[in-house]
Amino acid sequence: MLETALKGSRRYWSWVIFLLAIIGVGFISYLYQFRVGLGITGMSRDVSWGLYIGQFTFLVGVAASAVTIVLPYYLHNYKKYGRIAILGEFVAVASVTMCMLFIFVDMGQPLRVLNVLLHPSPRSVMFFDMVVLSGYLLLNILCGWYVLGAERKGVPPAAWIKPFIIIAICWAPSIHIVTAFLYQGLPGRHYWLTAIMAAKFLSSAFAAGPSLLIVISLILRKFTRFDPGWEAIQTMAKTACYFLIVTLAFYCFEVFTAFYSSIPGHMHPIKYLFVGIHGHTKLVPVMWLCTALATVALPILIIPQARRNESALGFAAVATFLCLWLEKGISLVVGGFVPNPFERVFEYWPTVPEALITLGVWGIGFFVLTILYKVTISVKEEVVFDKYGEKQVQTE
Amino acid sequence: MSISRRQFLKIAGASAIVGLGGISAIDILQRGQFEASQVSKDPKALVGKRWAMVIDVKRLDEETMKRCRDVCHRIHNVPDIDKPKEEIKWIWKEDFEHAFPGQEHEYMGEDIKQLPLLVLCNQCDNPACVRVCPTKATFKREDGIVMMDMHRCIGCRFCMAACPFGARSFNWRDPRPFIKKENPEFPTRMKGVVEKCTFCYERLAIGQRPACVEESKGALIFGDLEDPNSEVSKILRSKYTIRRKSELGTRPSVYYIT
Repeated sequence: MLETALKGSRRYWSWVIFLLAIIGVGFISYLYQFRVGLGITGMSRDVSWGLYIGQFTFLVGVAASAVTIVLPYYLHNYKKYGRIAILGEFVAVASVTMCMLFIFVDMGQPLRVLNVLLHPSPRSVMFFDMVVLSGYLLLNILCGWYVLGAERKGVPPAAWIKPFIIIAICWAPSIHIVTAFLYQGLPGRHYWLTAIMAAKFLSSAFAAGPSLLIVISLILRKFTRFDPGWEAIQTMAKTACYFLIVTLAFYCFEVFTAFYSSIPGHMHPIKYLFVGIHGHTKLVPVMWLCTALATVALPILIIPQARRNESALGFAAVATFLCLWLEKGISLVVGGFVPNPFERVFEYWPTVPEALITLGVWGIGFFVLTILYKVTISVKEEVVFDKYGEKQVQTE
Repeated sequence: MSISRRQFLKIAGASAIVGLGGISAIDILQRGQFEASQVSKDPKALVGKRWAMVIDVKRLDEETMKRCRDVCHRIHNVPDIDKPKEEIKWIWKEDFEHAFPGQEHEYMGEDIKQLPLLVLCNQCDNPACVRVCPTKATFKREDGIVMMDMHRCIGCRFCMAACPFGARSFNWRDPRPFIKKENPEFPTRMKGVVEKCTFCYERLAIGQRPACVEESKGALIFGDLEDPNSEVSKILRSKYTIRRKSELGTRPSVYYIT
């Protein structure tokens, strides 16, 4: 099936070349980091994780969110997701690929990466994270590729794949729970030390993931002949809506616990993020932008008339994705390190090479996604009718 | 010479079996042949079950603290990087207010708040850094010292996030150009690994106390907590001592008398 990725329109190739250029710039920046060390980033003795680990955390969520499509389709036979379950699975593949790359670029001694396997340490959450992420990647490649192949041949998928699909569904939340455990089990990092972390991770993931899929579906509808289905898009919007509400509620719970208990250590990071401490305010605009984005996205997702408007929905989905990216991809990590264990404030802001490397990894993720989607769409366009006999190709 | 794919696979497979089998055969027949011989312990080595330190803050003056820090950083090849962002430190001066956050209050005199003291790795009995390390590059020895294997460390910095004492430093770039005078007796580090105080394990092994203790004119007291007759045990029994963030349950082995 992969050969279909080698035939495409001018627009397809321009996009691929554009991504390759971004990857190239990121790769050159990485060579610079590889030679000099992580000192080229904005990270420091006090804020020792930054943008890379933030992206990793956020993308584990996006990967896990495939379950919001795959579960209703396979366990509840929700037919409208028949056409797009594969889109969710391939987003998971691209996201996990990015996760692994972000961990890799964050390592001080990347050539020693196999030490994690040579000296397995079951007491370390990071060891488990590696295990669950690799497993999830394999499961999604297997299920996605196999089911797509069956669709191409016009036969129903064989029965043996079903257990793997069920395992993948159960596996999805585990990757994000384990990622939350990386944070929430550390003593002395007040912003992270909260039992609701794993729950908040899942809820924000289940809002960000569907939002991304909505945007992707709207783009596919516009630029390809494949139609993911308006009703499927609407259902994803409802999923994103509910989970965005839950996420915001969880965040408010955190704020309540910190401020009603008035325990200084719990209040400090939240104060730092929203109003700054002692004039250190680098993340204040980020948090307020995040708040503003949630404030505009939520009504659009809630009010049916607004949600049914294609442009409004597209805008709300982008806003939701961006909002949760700012929260989890940047502020969550930094908030755990500020103030530092000495109650001093050292701020973090990514440097240009760090941002370029980050962009490069995203470029690789989108490249993987583009290739997988090109194959998918070629198959769908060829097959014309979905599994339930409905036309999944738009007429010109 | 040309060989077919099939032949190539046959040869490759056979060589692999012979190669791997050969190694195991030798290993089984002459067990231990290839293992390095164990270096016997120095009879003078200081042996303890749980090493600990008491810091008598009142006996610390600026000069003593500087000497303790300097000797440690000199003999351990700790680079002198001026940028706070990339600073590496094993033992350093901190004031009471920041070393013991939450213990200060607004009516406390400035001189107490700013009372200088030394901080270093607490060599916790229940170390969070060891728990989180994905490669066992940081581990607890039988004598309680939390050690670093800088050749195994992958530089993920999970231990730095886990340590509630800010005791760990990361080599954000090659540290060697920042070492003023290299001590050939102790290894230097490379970029991308984490390091910290190791209670001078290398000195204990040859019967010497940690370098900072030697330089402290009695302000730093070192000994074995499991030995009821050690000086540290006697002090802990008789004097009021505090530990940094003991509420977190990491059970630090560095105690302070203020």
